[in-house]
Amino acid sequence: MKLPGKAFNIIYMVFLLLLVVLPLVIVLYYAFTDGSGHFTWENFFLFFSNSRTLATLFYSLVIALITTAVALFLAYPTAYILAQRMVKNPALWLMVFVTPMWINSVLRLTALKEILSAIEGNIAYYPFLNTILGMTYDFLPFMIMPIYNSLIQIDPSLLEAASDLGARQKDTLLRVIIPLSMPGIISGVTMVFLPAMTNYVVLDMMYNGTFIMGSLIGSYFNSYDWHNGSMISAVLLLLIFVMTMVDNPKRKDVKRQKAEVTE
Amino acid sequence: MTENCIIELKNISKTFDGDTVAVDGVNLKIRQGEFVTLLGPSGCGKTTILRMLGGFEVPTTGEILLNGKNIAELPPNERPINTVFQKYALFPNMNVYENIAFGLKLKKLPKPEVEKKVRRVLELVDLEGFEQRKITTLSGGQQQRIAIARAIVNEPQILLLDEPLGALDYKMRREMQLELLTMHKELGMTFIFVTHDQEEALTMSDRIVVLSQGKIQQVGRPEDIYHIPRNAFVADFIGETNIFHGRMTGSRQVNFLGKDFSCSEAYPAGTEVEVVIRPEAFDVCAPCTGMISGEVISCVFKGTYYEISVLDEDGKNEIMIYDKKALKPGEKTDLSVQPKNMHVMLYDTHKNHFAMERDGVLMDAYFSPWDARLSDDAEEGSLRGNIVSIIYKGDHYSYTVHTEEGDDLFVNDEYLWNTGDYVSIVIPASKIEYNRMEGEGAL
Repeated sequence: MKLPGKAFNIIYMVFLLLLVVLPLVIVLYYAFTDGSGHFTWENFFLFFSNSRTLATLFYSLVIALITTAVALFLAYPTAYILAQRMVKNPALWLMVFVTPMWINSVLRLTALKEILSAIEGNIAYYPFLNTILGMTYDFLPFMIMPIYNSLIQIDPSLLEAASDLGARQKDTLLRVIIPLSMPGIISGVTMVFLPAMTNYVVLDMMYNGTFIMGSLIGSYFNSYDWHNGSMISAVLLLLIFVMTMVDNPKRKDVKRQKAEVTE
Repeated sequence: MTENCIIELKNISKTFDGDTVAVDGVNLKIRQGEFVTLLGPSGCGKTTILRMLGGFEVPTTGEILLNGKNIAELPPNERPINTVFQKYALFPNMNVYENIAFGLKLKKLPKPEVEKKVRRVLELVDLEGFEQRKITTLSGGQQQRIAIARAIVNEPQILLLDEPLGALDYKMRREMQLELLTMHKELGMTFIFVTHDQEEALTMSDRIVVLSQGKIQQVGRPEDIYHIPRNAFVADFIGETNIFHGRMTGSRQVNFLGKDFSCSEAYPAGTEVEVVIRPEAFDVCAPCTGMISGEVISCVFKGTYYEISVLDEDGKNEIMIYDKKALKPGEKTDLSVQPKNMHVMLYDTHKNHFAMERDGVLMDAYFSPWDARLSDDAEEGSLRGNIVSIIYKGDHYSYTVHTEEGDDLFVNDEYLWNTGDYVSIVIPASKIEYNRMEGEGAL
């Protein structure tokens, strides 16, 4: 069956309205209303005056930052080794790093939990460490893939040129390879940092606590406090929006350069 | 020559993946300040030689002596040699200044000196004031100049140029050729240039090294390469040419196209030879007044001359001539040629050796290129392979076939095949001669 463009657009618009716009409107509605349905700023002020929400926000930030840093630290050398074909079969190795994503994350984390219990005796002894381990394990492929993709796009003759001009391997890495793989690093960081901020499952399984934004929202909803739960979601949404904007000017710069070349 | 020889290749070979021979026993000395061009068709090994000089490949065997010291295993960053890459290889994350200053900053030169040097090379390549420009905003020609500037700012002893003008349009190319020559004169640096464009090589070089299938075919000044080619490959590759098969009939007399001509080279009578005559070397004369009679088959205007094809009276040889006057197709004409305008070279018939098992004994077999023919039926002949080169020789084509066993065999065939064609070589059994192999004979 061939769908005419317009009909296809309508189906797409309906999907968008029902599954993206409507839920957002509902979240915003609850965030700015009280129990009887009147508009209020109270939930907003409560968010910033409640030490528990603020502490959780801060704690989430710390966990997300550490996870991102650890993932980047592990992913960059891995992607570099694979992209430089320093191992015999890079495609196979890439598969090894990516295939875990095909398994449900709860299953993966359960397995990790078993392994950690065997090593640590009781995972409750090291909740923070385990959370970082779980998050890194969960998000590592999202860091490896974009970095790997940006690394394999670097023209090998650039590395030869650097060496020709007197650069040792260290100089080539610092002055050519890392700057040229920056787009991959940025998208990897975005893809790990933002989900790590709001992750629920890992914390729930590894920490059994509600010290992260996702679980905080969950705890409000579980106690039928739709309004405060929605406000936290709305604030997070705003934060993510701001962070994506910070990331954006660079991309515009790239687009402008491309336009200049094609002129 | 030895005292001012800057770099010497000593018996250099390079084999890839254990069996692909890219460079095969090359010996070459290059003088300080020389402009040397490595010329040959794609796959002849010229780029591999350049990459070994730059340090990007290590020779399988042999030595590279820079001022007498072997540098074959030295990494690129430790050689006083810089390269202008084929696709420029400018760093897209840096602006023009940062690109050119890259090598100087690594040498930890003080900033004012770096700035002075960058400004000077930018002047040299005619791009003053381009320091802050982004690489992506430059045209191909400008990127080319920056790539040259980035290499010469380091004041290398040798500058390697890997087909640097390949991506430029014709006019730009001619302009850059002259600019490179001026730069070479000003800097006094040794330039080693790689190209597949024979015209470019003739224009620019002090000496040309003609390569084919990993081997040096001839080294010489452009005039010598053009007028006194050492073999049919060089004659055919450098400029348009006519090659005729002939035989000496006296010490300075050669028979080809069914006639006797006097020539300046002396070989014993009976020697098989090839005669090279450039299209512009023929004199067109009225019918019945020249040595060669024929009929014009085509005449094409080429700007400063006409390119005219003449079929000789036997109807077997097509001769190409350049002349200032146009001739009409169908017109009868005669041609003559001065002895000094033809070049007679030995025809090498002893190249077609291959190993063959006969009565359980491995024998060294050989055949003449004249006795074999090509077939597209792989089962018809006893040897199979791909055509790697074609040279047109008046009434036939001379083919080089690279066989599955790794031998290069020569076959003369009157029909036209294409480079790369998979063919079998049909040799009548009676025409194969055998010799006992030297060393161990029996299997």
